[in-house]
Amino acid sequence: MSQSDVTKEGLRGERPDREAMTGVNVPRRWRGKRRAEQPMVPPAEFTSYYGKPIINQPVWESPDIPGYLFLGGLAGGCSLLAAGSDLTGRPTLGKTVKTSAVAAGALSVVALVHDLGRPGRFLNMMRVFKVTSPMSVGSWLLGGYVPAAGVAALTALTGRLPRLGAAATAGSALLGPAVASYTAALISNTAVPAWHDGYPEMPFVFTGSGMMAAGGLGMTTALLPGTGPDETTPARYLAVLGAAMEIAAFERMEHRIGMTAEPYSEGKGGKYVKAGKLLAAAGTAGTLLSAPGLAGRLLPGRVRRALAAASGATLVVASAATRWGIYHAGMASAGDPKYTVVPQRQRLNERARADGAAGGSGG
Amino acid sequence: MSANGQRTVTWLPEIRTGRFDGALSGDADPAEISGYPDHPPRMGFFTDTSVCIGCKACEVACKEWNHVPEDGLNLLGMSYDNTGGLGADTWRHVAFIEQRKPVAMQDAGVHHEGADVLGLIPEGSGTPPEAATMTPTTPGAANDLRWLMSSDVCKHCTNAACLDVCPTGSLFRTEFGTVVVQEDICNGCGYCIPACPYGVIDQRKGDGRAWKCTLCYDRLSDGMEPACAKACPTNSIQFGPLDELRERADRRVGELREAGVADARLYGRDPDDGVGGDGAFFLLLDEPEVYGLPPDPVVTTRDIPSMWRHVGAAAGVMAAGAAAAFAAAVWGGHR
Repeated sequence: MSQSDVTKEGLRGERPDREAMTGVNVPRRWRGKRRAEQPMVPPAEFTSYYGKPIINQPVWESPDIPGYLFLGGLAGGCSLLAAGSDLTGRPTLGKTVKTSAVAAGALSVVALVHDLGRPGRFLNMMRVFKVTSPMSVGSWLLGGYVPAAGVAALTALTGRLPRLGAAATAGSALLGPAVASYTAALISNTAVPAWHDGYPEMPFVFTGSGMMAAGGLGMTTALLPGTGPDETTPARYLAVLGAAMEIAAFERMEHRIGMTAEPYSEGKGGKYVKAGKLLAAAGTAGTLLSAPGLAGRLLPGRVRRALAAASGATLVVASAATRWGIYHAGMASAGDPKYTVVPQRQRLNERARADGAAGGSGG
Repeated sequence: MSANGQRTVTWLPEIRTGRFDGALSGDADPAEISGYPDHPPRMGFFTDTSVCIGCKACEVACKEWNHVPEDGLNLLGMSYDNTGGLGADTWRHVAFIEQRKPVAMQDAGVHHEGADVLGLIPEGSGTPPEAATMTPTTPGAANDLRWLMSSDVCKHCTNAACLDVCPTGSLFRTEFGTVVVQEDICNGCGYCIPACPYGVIDQRKGDGRAWKCTLCYDRLSDGMEPACAKACPTNSIQFGPLDELRERADRRVGELREAGVADARLYGRDPDDGVGGDGAFFLLLDEPEVYGLPPDPVVTTRDIPSMWRHVGAAAGVMAAGAAAAFAAAVWGGHR
């Protein structure tokens, strides 16, 4: 079969035809598609079946799933800010974060449903409640959270039914941290090495990221007319605390899990993660600069408010970038057999050594 | 849940805690744990790759019996494997591995004149390995090229991650201890796909739902063996009660090792492994990763109690962080 194409750049897709070599004389470029440098079965570091991945890559798509992870964190954080705003008398901030909470919560459900292979069957999620399935737990959580956040937002915007509004705000603030964190269990509860191995730190990355996003969003309230500098103070604190927590937990995770953390610093996932860290640092710097008590004193009010809002928006984007990075790193980690085989092989070797040291013999 | 795995109609969701209902590890009886007090023995496959000839009859029989759609007629350039791997439309996959390793003796002078061909008819479609004159692993003079062939399939794990994470209850445990997808329930959320430590289950393009081997649940219910085992001409795929298969496999691997095939090992047979043992296990002639199998798979839900604890702690820290942010604001004189 000669199927080469004649193009302006010359022949494309040439095959060796009757000049084809066999066995050891085959030039390296004819061996395998994935890695032209390696022989069929890479001998040195680990073995695989023609370099094919062992686990199946998730079929979850971007922007649905990274968006779903991001929006859950944003919504959960906003609901906490909403409850605090009500308690400390911050109506402008309260309205902003209540509206954002229900919008983000509802959008995350839309993203989840849109990603289903059969969106019309979304309600099948409500057939069972399984603690072994964070997606099941999450569906029930969102089923309670989104209506509560909706009532909280509606009552705040219309000013009607204040008691119902207070109850809904309290309810959504109770569910909020769960909404922001269960998605960490959702992705960790897979065979994807970069996700599973990071399960102890992942929830802290997610809640930190959610705090940062919600705080950042609250800070943009500074642009609304009639917002005093005190209105957004808690949002600023929450944002900086969240950014610090996200970065610290992420660093800890990367250090602890070793080679399976590679996709968090390489490739597409690595780029997003790096962007997330830089944006978080920049947003935090801007937040501190625009704080009224600090250098912000030197800036004119209009500039200070604009800087605060811009820093807040940067932190929202930073949170999203981190989720996209985690998503893409997981995809890369699932697509390379190295991350499945090497740690498992190490585990087996260590167990064999331990057995050998104990004087036992393996079966 | 009724005995056939269909939920009885109530307006309340069913609360399931999966394998935490019963035994957590060891030689558990998955059907018993899943609520079948009175059930047939656990059925499974023992795939003895040392007698696999790579004919792919299992792949074809599976596709035909289960109406699995065609998924591309490709030439992959991977030895004789043009299937690639298990997926939504491939429930049996024959792997071909060419290796530079000492091979068993390949004797051109094997004659079969003495064999009573008609007399072998009662044996059925497969010649028992012990009755075969020569198998691809007969030890002998060293050569430096050998071929491994292995028919891969869903492992029907004792602790099945796909089943644990399924949020709709579409995946369920049958009375035979196997794991099956109910296609009229599956909503294509895709959670089972990255949960499987073996890369078995996958989403069917254009259909959206997840599909995998059912261990021919329909045939089992009628007392028949699965299509792949029925079609296997060398008895490489052996079907039966798991206890019997394990005994047979132990015997076989012992015989092979005694005969000098030091590489022979069982994979997925041990009930104490990371998935509680496989319902479909294998005799391999090299490390599992050579065949594209994970060397030490662990069911991801083994860590779910710890995961939820960490989630709870992180949620608590988040709530405390928000409280601290407001307290600091108030305390700092910002109202």
